[in-house]
Amino acid sequence: MADTAAIDVAPIAAALPTRRDDKALHRMIFVGIALLLIAAPLVLYPVYLMKVLCFALFALAFNLLLGYGGLLSFGHAAYFGMASYLCAYTAKHLGFTPELAILSGTATAAVLGLIFGSLAIRRQGIYFSMITLALAQMAFFFSLQAKFTGGEDGIQAVPRGNLFGVFSLADDRAMYAVVCVVFMAGMLLIYRIIHSPFGQVLKAIRDNEPRAISLGYRANQYKLAVFVLSATLAGLAGSTKAIVFQLASLTDVHWSMSGEVVLMTLVGGMGTVFGPIVGALVIVTMETYLAQFGAWVTIIQGCVFVLCVLLFREGIIGLVAKLIRKPL
Amino acid sequence: MARDVILATDGLTMEFKGFRAVNGVKLEVERGTIHALIGPNGAGKTTCFNLLTKFLIPTAGTIRYKDKDITGMRAADVARLGLVRSFQISAVFPHLTVTENVRIALQRRLRGDSFDFWRPEKVLRALDGEALALVEAVGLSDFADSLAVELSYGRKRALEIATTLALDPEMLLLDEPMAGMGHEDVDRTAQLIRRVSKDRTILMVEHNLSVVASLSDRITVLARGQVLAEGDYATVSKDPRVVEAYIGAGHA
Repeated sequence: MADTAAIDVAPIAAALPTRRDDKALHRMIFVGIALLLIAAPLVLYPVYLMKVLCFALFALAFNLLLGYGGLLSFGHAAYFGMASYLCAYTAKHLGFTPELAILSGTATAAVLGLIFGSLAIRRQGIYFSMITLALAQMAFFFSLQAKFTGGEDGIQAVPRGNLFGVFSLADDRAMYAVVCVVFMAGMLLIYRIIHSPFGQVLKAIRDNEPRAISLGYRANQYKLAVFVLSATLAGLAGSTKAIVFQLASLTDVHWSMSGEVVLMTLVGGMGTVFGPIVGALVIVTMETYLAQFGAWVTIIQGCVFVLCVLLFREGIIGLVAKLIRKPL
Repeated sequence: MARDVILATDGLTMEFKGFRAVNGVKLEVERGTIHALIGPNGAGKTTCFNLLTKFLIPTAGTIRYKDKDITGMRAADVARLGLVRSFQISAVFPHLTVTENVRIALQRRLRGDSFDFWRPEKVLRALDGEALALVEAVGLSDFADSLAVELSYGRKRALEIATTLALDPEMLLLDEPMAGMGHEDVDRTAQLIRRVSKDRTILMVEHNLSVVASLSDRITVLARGQVLAEGDYATVSKDPRVVEAYIGAGHA
């Protein structure tokens, strides 16, 4: 099985079995997050918070694939970015209301995930990652050349519009409320997927694929299913971001965005429920508040990443989970 | 007297870049027996085994299971027909608990596919009772909530057997079940195999002729990818070609 896992994706922190009282703890954390989301705009800028939430959802979607499916995609920017283009386009040029625009972006990511995923899952380990990267590069060049994406300019001045045609989202606080709902719904859905009969099979395939096959599971179908789910949720994050920032640009389909989501997930803790949220918070905060240092941000980020890998391989939340001996 | 053959191969051949690891093997396993496939190192046992379980696709020949041609079928689908394999290295799901390991097999047998990502894990609790009974049957009750990764080698093997039994397979393919075991474990595993062989057919690949001596009804000896001899232990162990293959290999 030399080619099954080029990278050791078996998460260390998630290795703790989830028991019933742990689920109670998770529920409390969910309530805590909801309360924090309500209180946060009193102290912090809603736009910054919305950026964190969009990236947190993106990282959560990515972690579903990496931490629980054991699949390292290096092309998740394609689903995030293409969804944001479609969302921006339908909102601006077709006059879609924001929820319909977000849905159309998300659906685009699902279809793209189905096509790219069914090609990529035929290979394992590093070859899988390389195929996802190559396909994402194709999506990037398509975005660069196609007319509707606006090339280098992207799609600018996307109207936030009125939710359900009624509620104006022009105000940041109204927009923030919508983003919170999208984020909470996405996070809870991912939590449910992880703790479902499907999630159980997924973890078995991640742990030992040949054995899962010998039990009669068609592993590739499960891998494709989780790939599509992950791409779809990444698309939901990208679409929401396009509405928030009223912009879809090449940055979101660029390979460095694929790298950034890997970074967020690893810093926060791969294979943990809450790690990607913390990872996104750390990375976005660094980018926002260290912006004055210009190009140095990348170097600081690099140092943080190296330190993370050296000091706590299991990520911030992974480390906490290990210390309190509970899966997080 | 008509023989009741459950698994049969004809002209089974596997070629790796010009090297024939398995060469025209004809094998017939009778229903309800323990059949051993033995041979010295490099005889093609493991390749043969991987062909039967569909983890490799043969370059030529056919495999029939219960009179159905399974030569071109996928591994997962063969398992669904009740032909289930074990692995040489203890094959468990390391980051699932012992009970979850067994339950994942029950889940497949009783629920079929599980693509329902929207349902809570609770729906699986109905399977916990049966899973725990199987865990107990192999003596792992004290470890029901431990992660499989924390078990010792012998216990992992016991867990693997419990998981396999959860599928209630009609036929078992065991890949060197005694590999890497001490004397006591060998005896215990032999007993376990005899116990599960009731109402089932077992084909096991073994390196060691004496280990299978008491256990198997019929033995097929492979050497250089071909069938060298076949029969019960008494016949096979006296066959001069078999003796030569083993001693020759031992002194090479």
